[in-house]
Amino acid sequence: MDASSEERDQSFRNRVIIVAGIGVFFVFLVLARLINVQIVNFEKYSTVSDENRIKVKAIPAPRGFFFDRDGRVLADMKFILTLSIDEQRVENLEATIARLREMLDLTDQHIKEFERRRRTQSRPFRPVPIKRNITYEESAYIALNRHLFPGVIVQSESIRNYPFGELTSHALGTVRRITQEDLATLDPTIYSVTDFVGGTGIEKFYESDLAGTPGHRIVEVDAHHREIRVLNETAPIHGSDVFLHLDMDLQQVAWDALGERRGAVIALETQSGGIMAMVSKPGYDPNLFVQGISEEDYAALQDPIQSPLFNRATRATYAPGSTFKPVVALAALSTGTTTWERIIWDGGEFRLKNTRNSRVWRGWSWTKTNPGGQGECDLFRAIYRSSNIYFYTVAEEMGIEQLAGFARQFGFGINEVFDVPEAEEGLLPDPDWKRDYLGERWQPGDTVNLGIGQGSILATPMQVVQVAATIASNGQRRQPRMIYYSPKQLKATEVPPKELPPVHGILPEDWQLLKDSMKAVIHRGNMGYGQNGTAWAYIGIDIPYEMSGKSGTAQTIAIPPGEEYEEDEVPEKYRDHAWFMAYAPADQPEVAVVVLIENGGGGSSQAGPVARAVLDEYMKGKSESDDA
Amino acid sequence: MPSNLGLSLSSPGGSLHRNLTRFQVKFDLLLLFSLTIVVGLGLMTLYSALVDETSLFIRHVILVVLGFILMIGVAQIPITTIYRFTPLIYVGCILLLVGVYFFGYVSKGSKRWLDLPLLPRFQPSELLKIAIPLMLAWYLKDRTWPISFMDLCISLAIVAFPVGLVYIQPDLGTSVLLVTGSSSVIVFAGMSWRWIMIAGGTLISAIPFVWMFGMHPYQKQRVLTMFDPESDALGSGWNIIQSKTALGSGGLFGKGWTEGSQIQLEFLPAGHTDFIMAVLGEEMGLIGCASLLVAFLLIFARGLQLSLTLEDDFAKYAICGITTMFFIYVLVNILMVCGLLPVVGVPLPLVSFGGTSAVTFLLGFGVIVALARRREVP
Repeated sequence: MDASSEERDQSFRNRVIIVAGIGVFFVFLVLARLINVQIVNFEKYSTVSDENRIKVKAIPAPRGFFFDRDGRVLADMKFILTLSIDEQRVENLEATIARLREMLDLTDQHIKEFERRRRTQSRPFRPVPIKRNITYEESAYIALNRHLFPGVIVQSESIRNYPFGELTSHALGTVRRITQEDLATLDPTIYSVTDFVGGTGIEKFYESDLAGTPGHRIVEVDAHHREIRVLNETAPIHGSDVFLHLDMDLQQVAWDALGERRGAVIALETQSGGIMAMVSKPGYDPNLFVQGISEEDYAALQDPIQSPLFNRATRATYAPGSTFKPVVALAALSTGTTTWERIIWDGGEFRLKNTRNSRVWRGWSWTKTNPGGQGECDLFRAIYRSSNIYFYTVAEEMGIEQLAGFARQFGFGINEVFDVPEAEEGLLPDPDWKRDYLGERWQPGDTVNLGIGQGSILATPMQVVQVAATIASNGQRRQPRMIYYSPKQLKATEVPPKELPPVHGILPEDWQLLKDSMKAVIHRGNMGYGQNGTAWAYIGIDIPYEMSGKSGTAQTIAIPPGEEYEEDEVPEKYRDHAWFMAYAPADQPEVAVVVLIENGGGGSSQAGPVARAVLDEYMKGKSESDDA
Repeated sequence: MPSNLGLSLSSPGGSLHRNLTRFQVKFDLLLLFSLTIVVGLGLMTLYSALVDETSLFIRHVILVVLGFILMIGVAQIPITTIYRFTPLIYVGCILLLVGVYFFGYVSKGSKRWLDLPLLPRFQPSELLKIAIPLMLAWYLKDRTWPISFMDLCISLAIVAFPVGLVYIQPDLGTSVLLVTGSSSVIVFAGMSWRWIMIAGGTLISAIPFVWMFGMHPYQKQRVLTMFDPESDALGSGWNIIQSKTALGSGGLFGKGWTEGSQIQLEFLPAGHTDFIMAVLGEEMGLIGCASLLVAFLLIFARGLQLSLTLEDDFAKYAICGITTMFFIYVLVNILMVCGLLPVVGVPLPLVSFGGTSAVTFLLGFGVIVALARRREVP
């Protein structure tokens, strides 16, 4: 059985050769594999390797600022320190929070908000803020005890800042935090690094310009995402700054003059259509929305009567009341329904002619004990005494088609605001509207109501101030706008604010007489009972300059925004809305003002002084700049 | 009488050193050359992989230098001495393994390390790479050709006993490699072709059963991952993806020494141990890898060739066995790094970080050179 020595040697040699051959085979196999990986697929693996180590990180672009017409900063950016938790790196979240609570001032509210943010996070795998705006001491404390808090980080955040707070809340609107739904619609190249987007107001309208363009930093990172070095960097492009017509002195005066009352004040530069003041009260602190508003704070802003988030200046609609009378007057003149010379007897009561309708319309001064009206009224007196009977009469004679057709030229029923989003159109009723929306026929009584700005007609304070500005400019009309100018070409103003079609069919002398009658509303005084302008006693006695205006007392109930009302259920406490529209100086108008006070009572007594305060401030500033 | 290739290194014959030349240091020059290339490339690569941990690198260098000294020292030992001490070494190894079982140092869930006085902490299982081939060669010297069934069984027992002790550490990877490497000795020593076929056939047909009953889920996962690393790119596939990326992005010439982003930015795990070949590939490209591969092949071929020049069975079998054991370690590691074998924890001999492994292999080459001297065992 045993092999010979030679056979053994031969067999051993063979085995060595076979094993060597197997070894060589594997070496070639490895070489082939290496050539495949390192030569054939070099490009592919190079790319993978670069993707491993090279990351593009976006650098947020600072949001554009807002300035008022004098260059005062209305909205800028500020840095805050935010305490966040990166859940990927936290082993025991509850224990970490408990430990944090021992060290820092963390309320139950903070924890609740943190839980809410965790649930509703718009971008996953990001640190979730637990406390914003922490102090430097708190931040230093966390840094020193970092080993106790793995996954707890302090980030520097650049956030929107509104130095004037509440005062500009409705004029500017606010930014808000980006939500998960937003991410589907927003351009990821711009919004990947910012947490904010314009939510309301001009913050929303100029969003595309304010946002800017993020920069990029190309960095080399290691496997633990640590930045090793910067390979390339593109600076972000600062969002465009926008200068506004807003004059913070006027804004402040308007704000203060309204006091605690609900309402709106707008001041419009007649030459430009620029909005110099826009106040809606109550306001809110827009900075709350930036830092992430708590549920409690938000709930407080939802009060249905106060509704602080609601911009009454452009979104609330009310019957314009007697502020509509100048429009009716011009309509009646242009249609030849009346003349300045025609006299109508105002006995305090009005009934429709030629109908069996027995309804009685009364004058504003009518009471059971003093049922008399304004007496003999020509158009001039009808305006400074605000005679209802005169306007009932001409409205009925003119008819709805002519009245509504003329009034539409003033912008009733149309939203003409250039850059304040979500402004309401209001409602200018006519037979078509009534048929389509109420399914009823237009009645002559509806026309009568419209003659004194009552009934179904609804207008925003913005629309009423447009009426004042239109009269001040003899029928020339411009889109109301917040923007004064921007140092950069803006996307939002590619279609710039425009001249609107002027009111036609009115002779220059008619404009003049109308303006004189509105001047008399304020300045005609010391003439005895029933002879003074309606606002003279309240604002006209000591006025050092000439101002024109028209009061309005909307004899309707407060309709909380968006609610239907039943006339029977109206509680007594709902008083009339007080209107006052005005402009000054009376002969060379520069600024128009409207004041609306919800349930404020009499227009002249309540809204008038507010309008006067705003115009006083304007005239004061004007004389100061003239002196200088 | 001395072979052309088996040159001897002797100190210069100058008069100053005449007295010293009595003690001639002999070593196989080709083997030394190839080993130097491997160790040189290895140290360069290891330096790069440990660029931030120089103290570890220096510790490794010291051990490698010691290993070289030990290797040359062992190479001077007469073959008779080695032959006589082989059973003692084998039994000593088994005693050490038993020691590990009772007193071993636990790391990562297995007991592999032993702390002995005066010695650094080491893995006795490493020594088996030399001890088992030596013992098999010792036993199979001058047996019948092909070997009898009885001898085959005894040979298998020689392998199984110490490997069993390694297996329960547990250390599956080392066990499999030890069995494979040691079996080669039995094949070289005249295992009949019939038995070789039967063994091979049994192994192949056992694969499905091993897969179903003999493997832990994580082990199966590693096998599956090899075929489709992307299926679990951040988990079990991470190593192999990063390893291939490192190799592939190195291209022909590499990214430059200490310039490999995969290793330097820590994308490649275990870059200083099991995946060091990927570091070499990334920084020195295909050129670097191929050079290393050729040097390894030279060592392998030279070892086998030396065995063909000898008469003595013990020397022949032991040299072939240790050489093959070494080369199996090399191939398994490189195939793993290339993604051709599942990820098993096997270091690249003489290149990967790890003192015991390097010293043992160098010791093995010292033994090879000692045995390659043409002197019959009496």
